[in-house]
Amino acid sequence: MATQDLRAVPAPAADPVTRAEVEDFLINEAALLDEWKLEEWLTLVADDGRYLVPSLDSPDSDHRTALFLISDDRRNLGSRVKQLLSRTTWAEFPRSRTRRLVSNVRILERTGDQVKVTANFAVWRFQHDATDCYVGRYVHLLVRSPDGGLLFRERRAILDLESLRPHGKVSFIL
Amino acid sequence: MESLHHEDLIRDDRDNGLFRVNRRVFTDPEILETERRQIFDRSWLYAGHVSEVPQPGTFVTRRVGGRPVIITCDAAGKPHVFLNSCPHRGNVVCLEKSGSARALTCFYHAWSFDLSGKLLGVPDAEAYTPAFDKSEMGLRPVPRMENYRGMIFVSYDPNIVDLVHYLGNAREYLDYMIDFGGDEVEIVQGAQSYSMKANWKLLVENSMDGYHALSTHHRYFRQYLPDIGMDPAAWAGPNRIMGRGIALGGGHAVIESPQRPTPLTGSAKAELDAIRVHLVEKHGAERAHRIADFTRNLFIFPNLILISLWHTIRTFHPLRPDYMEVDAWALFPKNDSPQLRQKRMDNFLSFLGPGGFATPDDVSGLEGCQRGFETRRELAWSDISRGMGREQPSSQDELQMRAFWRRWNALMHGQHGPTDCADRSERRLAAE
Repeated sequence: MATQDLRAVPAPAADPVTRAEVEDFLINEAALLDEWKLEEWLTLVADDGRYLVPSLDSPDSDHRTALFLISDDRRNLGSRVKQLLSRTTWAEFPRSRTRRLVSNVRILERTGDQVKVTANFAVWRFQHDATDCYVGRYVHLLVRSPDGGLLFRERRAILDLESLRPHGKVSFIL
Repeated sequence: MESLHHEDLIRDDRDNGLFRVNRRVFTDPEILETERRQIFDRSWLYAGHVSEVPQPGTFVTRRVGGRPVIITCDAAGKPHVFLNSCPHRGNVVCLEKSGSARALTCFYHAWSFDLSGKLLGVPDAEAYTPAFDKSEMGLRPVPRMENYRGMIFVSYDPNIVDLVHYLGNAREYLDYMIDFGGDEVEIVQGAQSYSMKANWKLLVENSMDGYHALSTHHRYFRQYLPDIGMDPAAWAGPNRIMGRGIALGGGHAVIESPQRPTPLTGSAKAELDAIRVHLVEKHGAERAHRIADFTRNLFIFPNLILISLWHTIRTFHPLRPDYMEVDAWALFPKNDSPQLRQKRMDNFLSFLGPGGFATPDDVSGLEGCQRGFETRRELAWSDISRGMGREQPSSQDELQMRAFWRRWNALMHGQHGPTDCADRSERRLAAE
């Protein structure tokens, strides 16, 4: 991450998005995912929203030029949610249990109508008597929703893992 | 383990059309040791691609066939593969996964090497006798290395046949995997490094298994394709298009089907049509037809898969009988437009990789097999007999897997000469 990203930018008085609001948003989002309320979770993603997980050897790359692990536009993300809620997504049948800790929330940048935020995450996943831990940081682009809440324009989960070993997969929403 | 008996592991009943594999081959540490000696140490193994070390001074490190290796591009632009262990006292010389450097220095005693492997510097070298020959103490190359059209293969067997001879009939199909874009190909930035808690041979089978697609990948064909407005009829249902399974000899095999609609053939029709015209100009109509109008899963014995639907290279190495490491990349044409490159990546990711809509279910399936093998004392045999009586087995049959197993079985018994990998029955042939 570039050094300029490390500074916390204070909120201009005119912009109502605060760090506390972002933190509440992310904590509530984590609860929806852990509870498998995926249709409700999907309403947090803007129509032009994208869900990205970079490859582990290229954490800071661009999904337009590098191969990612996940690069869903809104249509693919909608399909992903439907698939996860069906009974034929065998990697998540029976559904894994997950528990996520989200912390160290910072606002990195405000540009036009959007805020760039980051947070750290640790997600534990339990299935078939195995435990996997996914650790990394989020870098999201958030915009105001028409109803006054927040929406993801870009939801990026950057794993710190060097390889998905022994995890083998990212079959749930990270 | 020198006393393995054929019947112990594989029952290949060509006369009656039954093929069984003893599940011990997936669980026994002694089998894995024999595989290391008889198969991985005596085959050509895919190590990497020249496009991963594109300029003089660049390098990547990885494990190939159980050894840490360094792939470099030397100052003259020539690729090398070295064992990543200091000839002095053994430390891993290059600690980074990739990078560029004028010299590689082992931090333990600061011996340094250039990227052609030559020993450059030894601190306090005057302490050595005249018998100490610096020219013998460079980075040790792997015993054999060959570059086939940019694909770097290595072998730990100094006496192995040359690579083209080893590839045999598979070479034609490997060429199709390289020629499809009408231009040179390159590895796209972004490797998929994952694992499966399963025996490596389960991934050999799975990677050319047409039979599992509709059940294991139900969500891809029955949910994802309709979700993006595609009719899955060419893939699923009574009118689906079937392909062939082909044993290529040497344990290599391919499943080949007429091209079917994919997310890419939908999103990039104009670009793919233009490439096809270019292929006809370059290779003639017949060869262009062979390159462009079929999809193939090609298996190069013992652990390399290329799949044309997504243009992936996948290789995998066992660490334990019940655990393998998998590395996969995209191999795309260098001159693709940025738009076509992105469409190819979207198509790749919709199916393949640890976050795709299909690979995670393969991981779960293979890990499930491995857990199921705990019953091997009571349930000792897996069945691989599909299509054994057929003149031309389909891609939904299992000839391509039997081809692998026949070669595997021969090598495990030290029979390194040619292996008959076909289904042909001498008794049935005599009766006809």
